[in-house]
Amino acid sequence: MSELTITLLRLGYLLLLWLFVLAAISVLRRDLYGTRVVQRRMRAKAAEPAPAKRPEPRAPAPVPAAAEPVVARRLVVTSGPLRGTTVPLTAGAAVMIGRAPSCTLVLDDDYSSQRHARLYEHAGQWFVEDLGSTNGTFVGRERITEPTAVGPGSQLRVGQSTLELQR
Amino acid sequence: MATVAAHEVRPGRGAELGLLALALIVGIGAYAIVGLATAGRLPAELPRQAAVLTTLAVGMHVVLRWRAPWADQVLLPATVALNGLGLAVIHRIDIAYAARDKFAGFADRQLGWTALGMVFAALVLIGLRDHRTLRRYTYTAMVVGLALMVLPLVPGLGTEINGARIWIRLFGSSFQPAEVGKIALAVFFAGYLVTNRETLALAGPKVLGLQLPRIRDLGPILLAWLVSLAVLVFERDLGTSLLFFGLFVAMLYLATERKSWVVIGLALFAAGATLAASLFGHVAARFTAWLHAFDNDVFNASPGGSGQLVRGLFGLASGGLFGTGLGQGRPDLVPFAESDFIVASIGEELGLTGLMAILVIYLVMTQRGLRTAIGVRDGFGKLFAGGMAFTVAFQCFVVVGGVTRLIPLTGLTMPFLAYGGSSLLANWVIVALLLRISDSARRPAPPAEQAPAAPEPDPGRTVTDDQLTERIVVRTSTQGDDDGEGER
Repeated sequence: MSELTITLLRLGYLLLLWLFVLAAISVLRRDLYGTRVVQRRMRAKAAEPAPAKRPEPRAPAPVPAAAEPVVARRLVVTSGPLRGTTVPLTAGAAVMIGRAPSCTLVLDDDYSSQRHARLYEHAGQWFVEDLGSTNGTFVGRERITEPTAVGPGSQLRVGQSTLELQR
Repeated sequence: MATVAAHEVRPGRGAELGLLALALIVGIGAYAIVGLATAGRLPAELPRQAAVLTTLAVGMHVVLRWRAPWADQVLLPATVALNGLGLAVIHRIDIAYAARDKFAGFADRQLGWTALGMVFAALVLIGLRDHRTLRRYTYTAMVVGLALMVLPLVPGLGTEINGARIWIRLFGSSFQPAEVGKIALAVFFAGYLVTNRETLALAGPKVLGLQLPRIRDLGPILLAWLVSLAVLVFERDLGTSLLFFGLFVAMLYLATERKSWVVIGLALFAAGATLAASLFGHVAARFTAWLHAFDNDVFNASPGGSGQLVRGLFGLASGGLFGTGLGQGRPDLVPFAESDFIVASIGEELGLTGLMAILVIYLVMTQRGLRTAIGVRDGFGKLFAGGMAFTVAFQCFVVVGGVTRLIPLTGLTMPFLAYGGSSLLANWVIVALLLRISDSARRPAPPAEQAPAAPEPDPGRTVTDDQLTERIVVRTSTQGDDDGEGER
């Protein structure tokens, strides 16, 4: 074995080692750069300015199903510990909101009940129903007692969280 | 705690196969270069070595395709690369030992342990369909884990090697039961903490801006501390003791998100270390060898001198930036070059460049483990995956830190690289468990199905969307009972 071959092998092996490392990292590329990080526990201060910028909470805007059907497509948490979380609304899939782990949207909130409220779709219209919660479910400023029709722009309040239906 | 929105994972394991090919070239190439550099020709055992490693790696790949098709694609290649390189370096040290008429059969034994480890890993993947099954054995795991830790103290079974009593002798081969015990203990810690994290996270007095836990909740951490001290005193092994306590504190932090636990853990550890150093000669000797390594008296002291450490440092120094080349250095001058000081051997022959590459491979492995912990939906899986990723990272830190004289030298092994059957076996099982958990973390949500107990006439359906964060627990018939964090 000539000295040159040995040296080439030595440096070639280091190159190979790094080639493997870079190949492994390139497989992870999507994971390293393509993820959205959602902060779960927003500090109260950080959360403050966001609602201020919003327009006045709109009154419940039940959308008549007969006219151009405007159906809400997602439920967004606009304030509270889970701010920024989005739940897609698909026809036929009810969304359970509460503290119980079996809920679709699990609120980490002492002011919410285990099974607090339920969003469901009926004939192209979404309804929100309070499930006998302790602190109540609000649509706009009204505490609801029976299933209430909601549409895009409706603001729901469950415990310390505000949820908004969006198109 | 931040959560990461899941992105769609592309199906298929093509990337893993490609990386696996590269990893095999890394391992087998190193073996070939060792032969070329020491004897001037390809080693006669090269075909055998290549066949065994390739068969094992491809076998694992097939098992993954069959039983865990969504599992992480980088973990297996990274492990195979480290294991293959470790085998080559141990073979290289064997050659040097043979030239000095010392025992030189380490590489063959290690190959046998590699095969056994990978077979065990495959069995775990085949036998364990869902990692949440392990949660049922929380307290069984505690008993098994503690029993494995004290097993070396049983007279007649345990043997004392080099001052530490952490081996048992069975069927003519020695085995370190604590290596396997750490997996059982990780199961116990994960199962225990997932049910008790609410209590342990409660706020107590505030001291200097640090929110401390309540005094009465200090019980578990004190117990873990006492057990680790007992290991240190009776088995005289700093490494196992450190790993046990570190694992508990890390998982406690993962479970409660309270930094105060880390501070308390470090304070307890410092107190324990100081106490042990003042009471026990062997611990004090380690400290002296670390702080005054280059003193002539300390260097020549035997046992407990710093000769090994300093020789390792000189090995690293002679390696420099690009190393002497595989087969060109003198790693055999360091005692235990094939096990405790394999990092120094690699640093000498592959240089800083090679050592950094290896550390990055460990970093990638740890990242995959922690990413799995973030991605998986159940609390038990999160803690378990996080804990196991931590053990890999922690062992690397303790070993590399010890060899480079950043911290006192302890008796832990470098996962997958160092010679040692029990460590190899345990770490392959850890990789299999991480692969199993990552399979359920990356598996897309199952298609919509009727919920079992829909109270209202309109059907409550599962939400199938990859955009869901992990907090939004998808309701399916299989996933109702696993998230222990909401039961108050």
